[in-house]
Amino acid sequence: MIEIEGITKRYDDTTVVDGVSMVIEPRTVTVVVGTSGSGKTTLMRMINRLVEPTFGTIRIDGEDNRSMPAHELRRRIGYAIQGHGLFPHRTVAQNIATVPGLLGWGKSRTAAKVEELLALFQLDPATFADRYPHELSGGQQQRVGVARALAAEPNILLMDEPFGALDPIIRAKAQDDLLAIQKHFNTTIVLVTHDMNEAFHLANKIAVMDKGSVLQYGPPAELVRAPANTFVETLIGETERPFRLLSTGTACAAAEPGEAEGEPIREDLSQQEVLAELLWSGRRAAPVVSAGGAPMGRVTLEALVKRASRLQ
Amino acid sequence: MRIRFDKLGVAITLIAAYGTLGSGFAVLKPNRIVQGQVKSILECFPAWAGAALIVLMLLTVFVALFRTPPWLKLGAAASALATLAVAIGLAADFLTPAGNSYARVSPASGFWILLFAFALLAADAITRLKPAPWMRVLFLFIAAAGIALIFLSGIWSGLSIMKEYAGRADVFWAEAGKHVMLALGSLVAATVVGLPLGVLCHRVAPLRASVLNILNLIQTIPSIALFGILIAPLAWIAATVPGAAAIGIRGIGVAPAFVALFLYSLLPIVANTVVGLAGVPREANEAARGTGMTDMQRLFQIEFPLALPVILTGIRIVLVQNIGLATIAALIGGGGFGVFVFQGIGQTAMDLVLLGAVPTVALAFAAAVLLDALIQANSRISNGAGSA
Repeated sequence: MIEIEGITKRYDDTTVVDGVSMVIEPRTVTVVVGTSGSGKTTLMRMINRLVEPTFGTIRIDGEDNRSMPAHELRRRIGYAIQGHGLFPHRTVAQNIATVPGLLGWGKSRTAAKVEELLALFQLDPATFADRYPHELSGGQQQRVGVARALAAEPNILLMDEPFGALDPIIRAKAQDDLLAIQKHFNTTIVLVTHDMNEAFHLANKIAVMDKGSVLQYGPPAELVRAPANTFVETLIGETERPFRLLSTGTACAAAEPGEAEGEPIREDLSQQEVLAELLWSGRRAAPVVSAGGAPMGRVTLEALVKRASRLQ
Repeated sequence: MRIRFDKLGVAITLIAAYGTLGSGFAVLKPNRIVQGQVKSILECFPAWAGAALIVLMLLTVFVALFRTPPWLKLGAAASALATLAVAIGLAADFLTPAGNSYARVSPASGFWILLFAFALLAADAITRLKPAPWMRVLFLFIAAAGIALIFLSGIWSGLSIMKEYAGRADVFWAEAGKHVMLALGSLVAATVVGLPLGVLCHRVAPLRASVLNILNLIQTIPSIALFGILIAPLAWIAATVPGAAAIGIRGIGVAPAFVALFLYSLLPIVANTVVGLAGVPREANEAARGTGMTDMQRLFQIEFPLALPVILTGIRIVLVQNIGLATIAALIGGGGFGVFVFQGIGQTAMDLVLLGAVPTVALAFAAAVLLDALIQANSRISNGAGSA
């Protein structure tokens, strides 16, 4: 759990972060969104003390984050940045082994961890371990960057626009991979982005920031149904609202007993994707199946329309 | 098939043609000081040998003139250079009248021009071969071994420069030692001081401008003036600081030469350290901090390795510059190859000047090749991302 309490950061006369208080639940994905200059990156960097706050405290699992030297704190918190930030003179394996090396892990333990992470990120260790970062594609570099951040099995992973440099197709894949990784390690993820679609895709909770303050902090559906002010409303986008609502739920949640014709839909698709599929195939309902193929009932157009409404 | 000319080969051909036909190969002087008589290639050898040499020069020029493989060019250049080196020694023996120990034979402009033309051909061929760093060092080693072999074989013993050497072999090696000590010692001292100073300038921005400006200012002081400026403070130190005089600190001699070279060395090292560190990608630094490296770990594990090629370039500049500059240390009794240069100028004995100048040039050249190879080896590993 990360407890942020009355955090303020001032540079000379400019207040970048202004009295922010929020609690980030363990094992969740929290996305901080806002325009550039809203203070979202500064807020995140105060968690691992890359920036020291002017006022306020941040507690990690009840412990003030100033109770230990900054570099030791950072070794316990994963950190991934836009454009990956890999060390160009070190191989992929050496990059991933950075924090284990700083922590003084043994050789075999480090090697095992590197291999495990490479496999987990779908990078064949035999092919990639000894390559240099410039020999990788953008998507591969990004994955190595996240693998490096996770090498010492941190409870918390901070990500600063981690997918900003990727093209749309690789980005969607990287986002899905991140969610799978998060489930695998049960990591608490704090992610900063300006991309609203990304926020809705990944977040358990979203914090909207503007001019150094958190305007609203809550589950995605709450932001859509009850925006705190017009800024949040604009950010979400009037015409997007029903679809954003649907994007927060899965097909499984909208399933009801019954049968339907045609190609079945996987339970882990978002309701927004299910709606798109129904509209495109001209059906009023579709069968839902589990990942293993077991039938789980059906999803109807009517149910989705209901769910997309503010009244629901 | 159309015959294709090599552009540089045309230039080499013209230079070599002038060297062979337009100017003399060796100079014969009745003694070491007076003006001599220039002899052409055909006059320097028995007629058949002179003709053979000209034919060999022609063949080499032929290889240079057309677009031939670099290996062939390098081989031709190397054999031509070796032949020239041996030929000048033979010419000395042929020209020197029997039993005359006053007469001197030295290379004339034609020899130097040919040497230049074929060295240019060799350098061009090596550049085109794009050799690996170890290969460059190997080429240097082969060249050095070849020169050493000719030197030891006594082929050159008839040459005037070797006659100057023969009279002062002991002094020569002692001065060589001093020269290397001055150039390398001041480099090591400047590196030890300059690297931390460069890091400091990088991290403390306000310091940067003032330090670099002061070092720039020092660089503009002419060396002789700097020696003059140093005499008073060093003499004062020798007189007042206990033990200073005992370790050789005096107003003139090795100490001011060493200090001057050290001061001249600081600017390239500090400036290149600053530039190298500034060139480290921002993201790499950010990630290094984010993963929990301390400032020292970041400096040694990330910043130095990434800045190394640029820092080494600074060290290369300093080493080559120092080997050249160390010659003037002789002016204030600091020793080195400059001793022969200034003695030679004093006696108007150009051969003695060459005895100081030729080793200096060779040493500077070897140092440049070695450090270039080192830089190349390092930038391959660390700067892949820079080129991507």
